[in-house]
Amino acid sequence: MLTYNVLIAVALLYVVFLFGIAFFAEKRARAGRSGWVSSPWIYTLSLSIYCTAWTFYGAVGYAARSGLEYLTVYLGPTIVMLGWWWIVRKLVRIGRSQRITSIADLISSRFGKSTSLGVIVTLIAVVAATPYLALQLQSVTLSFAVFAEAGGTHWTQADLSRAALWVAIGLVVFTIVFGTRNLDANERHHGVVIAIAVEAVVKLCALIAVGVFVVWGVAGGLGETLQMIDASAISKWEQPAGRWVGLTFLAGAAFLCLPRMFQVLVVENVNENHLSTASWAFPLYVMLMSLFVVPIAVVGLNLMPSGSNPDLFVLTLPLAEGWNVLAIFSFLGGFSSATSMVIVATIALATMVSNHIVVPLWLSSRGAGAVVAGDIRLVVLLSRRISIAAVVLGGYIYFRLSGGGAALAAIGLISFVGVVQVLPSLVGGLYWRGATRWGAIAGLVVGFSVWAWCLFLPSFGQGAIIPVSVFENGPYGINWLRPEALFGIEKIDPLLHALLWSMLLNAVAFFVGSVVTFPAPIERLQGAQFVNVFEHSTGARAWTQSAAEAEDLLIMSQRILGPTEAQQIFAREAARQGKAGYLPDVTPDFIQTLERNLAGSVGAATAHAMIGQFTQGSSISVEDLIAVADEAVQIMEYSNRLEAKSAEQERTARQLRDANEKLTALSIQKDAFLSQISHELRTPMTSIRSFSEILRDGDADPATVERYSGIIHDEALRLTRLLDDLLDLSVLENGQVTLNIQEGSLKTLLDRAISATEASGRRLSIRRIVANENHLLNTDLDRLTQVFINLISNAEKYCDAEAPELKITLRRIGGRHVVDFIDNGSGIGKASQRVIFEKFSRLSDHRKAGGAGLGLAICREIMARLGGEIVYLPGQGGAAFRVTLP
Amino acid sequence: MALKLKPLQFLARSSYRQRRLRDVAGMLPIIGILLLQVPLLWPRAEGQSLTTSAMIYVFGVWILLIALALYLSKAIRNDAPELGEGQEDVD
Repeated sequence: MLTYNVLIAVALLYVVFLFGIAFFAEKRARAGRSGWVSSPWIYTLSLSIYCTAWTFYGAVGYAARSGLEYLTVYLGPTIVMLGWWWIVRKLVRIGRSQRITSIADLISSRFGKSTSLGVIVTLIAVVAATPYLALQLQSVTLSFAVFAEAGGTHWTQADLSRAALWVAIGLVVFTIVFGTRNLDANERHHGVVIAIAVEAVVKLCALIAVGVFVVWGVAGGLGETLQMIDASAISKWEQPAGRWVGLTFLAGAAFLCLPRMFQVLVVENVNENHLSTASWAFPLYVMLMSLFVVPIAVVGLNLMPSGSNPDLFVLTLPLAEGWNVLAIFSFLGGFSSATSMVIVATIALATMVSNHIVVPLWLSSRGAGAVVAGDIRLVVLLSRRISIAAVVLGGYIYFRLSGGGAALAAIGLISFVGVVQVLPSLVGGLYWRGATRWGAIAGLVVGFSVWAWCLFLPSFGQGAIIPVSVFENGPYGINWLRPEALFGIEKIDPLLHALLWSMLLNAVAFFVGSVVTFPAPIERLQGAQFVNVFEHSTGARAWTQSAAEAEDLLIMSQRILGPTEAQQIFAREAARQGKAGYLPDVTPDFIQTLERNLAGSVGAATAHAMIGQFTQGSSISVEDLIAVADEAVQIMEYSNRLEAKSAEQERTARQLRDANEKLTALSIQKDAFLSQISHELRTPMTSIRSFSEILRDGDADPATVERYSGIIHDEALRLTRLLDDLLDLSVLENGQVTLNIQEGSLKTLLDRAISATEASGRRLSIRRIVANENHLLNTDLDRLTQVFINLISNAEKYCDAEAPELKITLRRIGGRHVVDFIDNGSGIGKASQRVIFEKFSRLSDHRKAGGAGLGLAICREIMARLGGEIVYLPGQGGAAFRVTLP
Repeated sequence: MALKLKPLQFLARSSYRQRRLRDVAGMLPIIGILLLQVPLLWPRAEGQSLTTSAMIYVFGVWILLIALALYLSKAIRNDAPELGEGQEDVD
């Protein structure tokens, strides 16, 4: 007899294998070689999370109870995928162009980035999905129990709960490790996708293996199996037409609306062309999944003792026949179905809960200044992790409370009816520009209430939540509100009854609500972009002229996207506008791009609200919309070339303007240069002359002589230094310098620079966050050290914080290494940022600083000679310089 | 408005074929829905079992639909310009 321990060992090994392959895929993706991870086959296989444990085990039980009706659950999605040209293609296109993170985000984004809609859809999804998660936990624990039984021990309820708890913990760990690696939901979870693809193969192979075993191993061939079916109870199957049509519709609609399906279908989609492969490969997959269900059910009914649970035939049949290895394989199939579903569903729900409930709450609790006050990235990640744990915990609690009985088995379809309440708003939003936010809210609330009243609450049993008297006479004796006979129409199948009424009332409320209300401008804009996504993906702008400062926006984006990515976006835009550095002009287009990038991390509603804080009052109005539309119609036909040209001109003009401003500033400086240099030379000269005159007259006491000659010496030194600097600069500028190329590590360079600046007594504390200090450089080390010394001593001199601190970080950006020197002082004003690298540009008149304002000019020349760069990095909370290493 | 183009009324043979293939792709789910409801209409004599025949019929239709979708996915060319939009995504 198979020992239970072997099963545990196999399951654990399998889990380790999944972790390994997910880790491997993440690593490959990070190295930029995601080739086969993002193939259409992996995409198709990841769609198979539609087939949960409920379909793996439950389909056989379903077939044993109601004949071929189980097929509807697969036929619905088949039809949706065959018709991908209609809906799915549009969904994916919108998902990509609007950077949609979840189904709640899609609905919220379509109806004017509304926070309340996001919350409603999230709540519906969570309520509908929790029982479903419980069902998965139940199926895994029941399959454990089957093996324990076979090994001779009978499992009690406590054993089941304990197993469920361990499974839940394992799932939480996996999901947190691979599901919250990166914040941007658009950056796709390669590890998770590859793991569920592997699980998809395992579950398909397992079910087919059991099927082949049953047909050819037990029944004795195809013909015999068909005869057996004809002889069995299933042959008496008489399909009610209403259920057949209704369930096919329900399954198809759920395929589009389930949060987990939306996650794999839209969010994790890498390439729209994959849909064309999935359009036939996914139907093939579910066809194969359902091929052997009836034979297994019939043979099970024949062979197994009466009263055994048909839901577990897939396991118990091989076990009863003594095929232990097959049984274990089949167990792995069921295990895969359950875990892959839970993982993806949890990621999808956690994203929704975190983006639409936790983060908005956190932001509003922090008041208006929250956007610039804290590190939002950590908050979002943390809230996602907590949400993941909470969602799985919710499933576990439901499992405990419901007692894991037969009540759970029926929950699959009930939960489907709950999630498809999103369908009217979804389809209406995609194809009808007149749909409004209030319409969507009305439809969702009505549909959800009908579902809860007619199907969800009654599913706990008559008298459990709703008293029996209400079923018979209606609430407060209102007869037409009876949960299973709304409006007095009786004798419909309860599931169909709820589906029919909820969909009907939902759609009516949606339509009426949309027609009688007037949409806000942003809704109309989003509506046009969604409905006409194939005509203009880039779309009209949602912002007009704004008062936002680029630097403020940069500070905020850094807190959400992380410094590297935010700086890249800003630098790219600045380069597009023909400007150097990190601060582009804040154009409406730029704000739009930025908002979409933020939406990929925190959802459309939150991103819009955050940007809104900076651009108060400059969002679009109806007049703007009309103006944009008029313009568009007139210009569209022949303006493309003109537009390109004018963009070009604008770029040139901007460059010219920049250059002009710089020249003006410079020419003022050049004028000042002569007076400056004579001043710089004269001041020490004057004191040298006057003190040496006193000494020449010779009537001073020895102490005074010593003091005066000290002064003379100091001033002479200052002169020498100034002349040295001038000489150095002119050599560098004329390109006569010879470089002394050596190899050395960054660490030694920094050590040298820091110890060289220590001589003057340290006031400044230095924090080095250099990940790879041993990074080897091949350049003129002395010159580079000179740059470092200059930057450190500048911070020493000019940083005006109470406890001055300098942060030195090394990172890799775009294939090059950069070293950032960031202090915590008050930084450099925007106007001064462009001149600090010029000669004699000393910002304050710190005499004590003792320099002539040549240091940074020399640094810039050195870096140019070495093939690197030094720039000022705005928006870091202090003065910050970025040295790009050669 | 000198540059305004008249919409094309007639297409070359291959583009014409492409458009009709797309029409087929659009019709496919509707064909599927109709064919899959057919067993509900089958006449049924007292005590006669239709389960095996319905099963064979449904799976037959299923395979036919998959084969058609496979053919269409190979035959329809991907319209590159339409897919190249949304500049920020194309890096």
